[in-house]
Amino acid sequence: MTSPPAALSPARAAPPARRSRRPLPPWLAPLTGAAVAVAAYLLFRGTAPLPHDDDAAQFGAVNDVRDWVDANRNESPVFLFFVNYVRLAVGGLHDALHLVLDGLGWVGLIGVAGALGRLAGGRRTALVAMLGTGSFGVLGLWEASVDTLALVLAAVLLSLLIGLPLGVAAGRSVRLRRLLTPVLDVMQIMPTFAYLAPMVLFFQIGPASAAITTMIYAIPPAIRITALAVEQVSPAAVEASTSLGATRRQTLRKVHLPMARATIALAINQTVMMALSMVVIAALIAAPGLGSDIIRGLSRADVGVMLPAGIAIVVMAVVLDRITMAAATRGPVPPGVSSAWLRLAAPAVILLVAGIAARLLPAEFPREWVLRFAGPVNEAVNWAKFSWYGATEAIRNGVTEALLNPLQTVLTTAPWWLVAAVVLAAGWRAAGARPAAVAVGCLLATALLGLWQHTMETLTTVLAGVVPALAAGLALGIAAARSPRFAAVQRPLLDTAQTMPAFVYLLPALALFGATRFTAIFASVIYAVPPVVRLVEDGIRNVSPVAVEAARSCGSTDRQLLWKVRLPMARRAILLAANQGIVMTLAMVVVGGLVGAGGLGYDVVSGFSQRTDFGMGFAAGVATVLLGIMLDRITQGADGRPSPRKSP
Amino acid sequence: MAPSDGAAIEVRGLWKIFGPRAERVLGGPDALLDPVALRDRTGCVAAVRDVGFSVRPGEVFVVMGLSGSGKSTLVRCLTRLIEPTAGEISIAGQDVRAASPAQLRDLRRHRVSMVFQHFGLLPHRRVLDNVAYGLEVQGVPRARRHRRAREILSLVGLEGSDDARPDQLSGGMQQRVGLARALAADPEVLLFDEPFSALDPLIRRDMQAEVVRLHREVGKTMLFITHDLSEALKLGERIAIMRAGSIVQLGTAEELVGAPADDYVADFVRDVPRSEVLSLRWICRPPLREDHLDGPVLAASTVIRDAVPAAMESARPIRVVRDGELIGVVDRLDILGAMAGGPAPAVPGSRRPAAGAGA
Repeated sequence: MTSPPAALSPARAAPPARRSRRPLPPWLAPLTGAAVAVAAYLLFRGTAPLPHDDDAAQFGAVNDVRDWVDANRNESPVFLFFVNYVRLAVGGLHDALHLVLDGLGWVGLIGVAGALGRLAGGRRTALVAMLGTGSFGVLGLWEASVDTLALVLAAVLLSLLIGLPLGVAAGRSVRLRRLLTPVLDVMQIMPTFAYLAPMVLFFQIGPASAAITTMIYAIPPAIRITALAVEQVSPAAVEASTSLGATRRQTLRKVHLPMARATIALAINQTVMMALSMVVIAALIAAPGLGSDIIRGLSRADVGVMLPAGIAIVVMAVVLDRITMAAATRGPVPPGVSSAWLRLAAPAVILLVAGIAARLLPAEFPREWVLRFAGPVNEAVNWAKFSWYGATEAIRNGVTEALLNPLQTVLTTAPWWLVAAVVLAAGWRAAGARPAAVAVGCLLATALLGLWQHTMETLTTVLAGVVPALAAGLALGIAAARSPRFAAVQRPLLDTAQTMPAFVYLLPALALFGATRFTAIFASVIYAVPPVVRLVEDGIRNVSPVAVEAARSCGSTDRQLLWKVRLPMARRAILLAANQGIVMTLAMVVVGGLVGAGGLGYDVVSGFSQRTDFGMGFAAGVATVLLGIMLDRITQGADGRPSPRKSP
Repeated sequence: MAPSDGAAIEVRGLWKIFGPRAERVLGGPDALLDPVALRDRTGCVAAVRDVGFSVRPGEVFVVMGLSGSGKSTLVRCLTRLIEPTAGEISIAGQDVRAASPAQLRDLRRHRVSMVFQHFGLLPHRRVLDNVAYGLEVQGVPRARRHRRAREILSLVGLEGSDDARPDQLSGGMQQRVGLARALAADPEVLLFDEPFSALDPLIRRDMQAEVVRLHREVGKTMLFITHDLSEALKLGERIAIMRAGSIVQLGTAEELVGAPADDYVADFVRDVPRSEVLSLRWICRPPLREDHLDGPVLAASTVIRDAVPAAMESARPIRVVRDGELIGVVDRLDILGAMAGGPAPAVPGSRRPAAGAGA
């Protein structure tokens, strides 16, 4: 304990107000705030609720807009000369890609995948690519897989076509970067469900609007990582180039792009991965492919239908990830003409063999090679459900009764102004006045949308998911940073987890717990943990080795090193991890609307399935965005956030 | 501006102020404030303040100062890698500040090259293509630029490293590549921005010798930035000492050591062994009546240390002559005093150099 400041410096006679404030312990203000909030809740409970109404006027207004668009789709000039052309062009791109992939036939496509794998990586990558592509047929999902692949490729092509030039420009212009950053921020914290309804409104259902939706989801990393790559090009090299009289274009072509090549390849990889996880969700707006099987399985709680499609999506993710990552990590091409030809030789041989094989093998994937396991899987799931019923039921009910229901009751029966005040206070303390104001604004806007109650329900689920996700992520991240061996075991698991599209996480949760709120929480925890672990681990690992060495030389124990040096110095990374964890939990909880999580996610889903609910679904999409921004602002402790799925 | 008679680089009244509304600061009274007050008042930093100098063709001109003195900004202003706020720059008669972007590119491509502290090599290109880069952006065909690059590589002692990547080379070799790249376009002027600061002392010495050798062989005008006084003394025919953006003294090594303009410069040159820098004219004195004027004769520009053999051979005072005219004498005591580095001649003004020593 230090002596009181007055004794230390009697000469500095502080004004009485200041002196009396000094000894206040730092926990007093939050504690008082909490006590006041509890007291206010007990006093005003149930006084100013905002109950939900399925036929609120706001929803009706959206429905009217929808009706207007439907009626004027072929008359209004905006649609006639712009929106409809975009739809036709994107649809055309998708159809063309689909035609090519389909025309290759299954043998041809396997051959092309192998050749690309060989070209980008090596023999192993080629093998993974060929086996993976072949497995689509074995799973009995050849057609659906080709549909999904065409959609992913269309979305990725669009993203890169727009995203790479924009990223390069942003990397060289501070002004453009400043302009883009907030837009990309919002795009990245937007839960995926949110922009489905507007897409349908503008581009109707089908592949075109699915491709555009996917593009919106996948383009931020393309822009962001490319900009980062170009920005990080050694300024010394750029200056040297300029000093030799190179034009801006020459410097771009000969210095920026070659030096940023590997990172730009990483941007492409991330774009592909994001696109892949979005195409599944796009199945809600009638995107063809594997997604529709998954959605169907989810809505019927039929794991047997979902599992093959889920496996196919994961396999596709692994194949595309391996090929693009191999391209990203490959060293510079050695100079010389002969080696260039040599590099092309092996892929050419693979293509040739595939061409010959295509003549000998049937055009359709042979039925007898298909592995069918929906029946056995469902039996196994039923067995698990039945025999573990006691345990799963106890966990589920325990959490629901002890945590979810009371929390939800508190949030829905508290007067709206009290919730807003708590958000304001928490935001102010954690992030400052401006973010707090934005957060409260977003919260109140959800009330104006007529979705207060559902927002509170979703918030309940998010809060319940965030705590275990952050705790687990922090523990695993610290463990990995402390033990290289543990990190070595964990890293491939994290890599796999991060290449898996979000929907896949619902599968085991659904199999174990059936369609309930708890399922969504369970899935969101699994979904949010890997990026949290990764950010925490990297943050702790990146702590300046000089500081660590200095602390160690003072005789710190490992524990002291962790608590007094590593964790405080990694504070920014940990805050960012918390922020990412919360945003990702929200994204998954909303998706969980498909499996009985209720709240806003359910509104969005029913907006697609029932015409009368369109308005409510649309508004719920907006509300999820608002909720996302609110949570993001409150937890925004670190600036310059990278993409949530960006692997370092 | 009026190009003065054949100077390779002529700079007058050059200012660079970083920060918001730099022009306004320049026009007003704030420009005269000291750096801290200026930053507090306006948020601006004056990196270069009213600098002027001129470099003769073929001269090695050194700008020296501690970090933050504005020397790197100054050298970048010369080819407008950093846009100056005000002032006049002419390189071989061309007004740099008035140059259009195309003229400026032309200047950078053909007439002025730069060597950087951190080399600025392109890691994705092999050494040969790094050296040929300047020619490549000029549009020189591949065969010709590669031939030229090989010539230059052998000039800097890097034969046979054509196909290596920069990161496979040691620091010293990387900077040789940087040097070769600057020489490839055969420019009239070479600018060096602390080129050897990132190198080990031994390699630094080799590279300094290399620069001296190259200067002898190719005879380019060189403007050399450094924070290392011994490097400045070794390379520079004339040296400008910068502090807080301004040149505090400009002169030959002798002048800096013999007659520091202020305490700052005096402090800088305190540890320099005087006898190795100063010439006899700094210590010679008018002959006294008892002096015998039949001792050995040495030129006034003889470095003090080099006068030791003559002083050892003869007990008579050395006669110091310039242009055949006796300007004074130096005896053993004077030489010993100078070699001991005693404070006597170091106090500025106590012993002015004999007539006409100033630049």
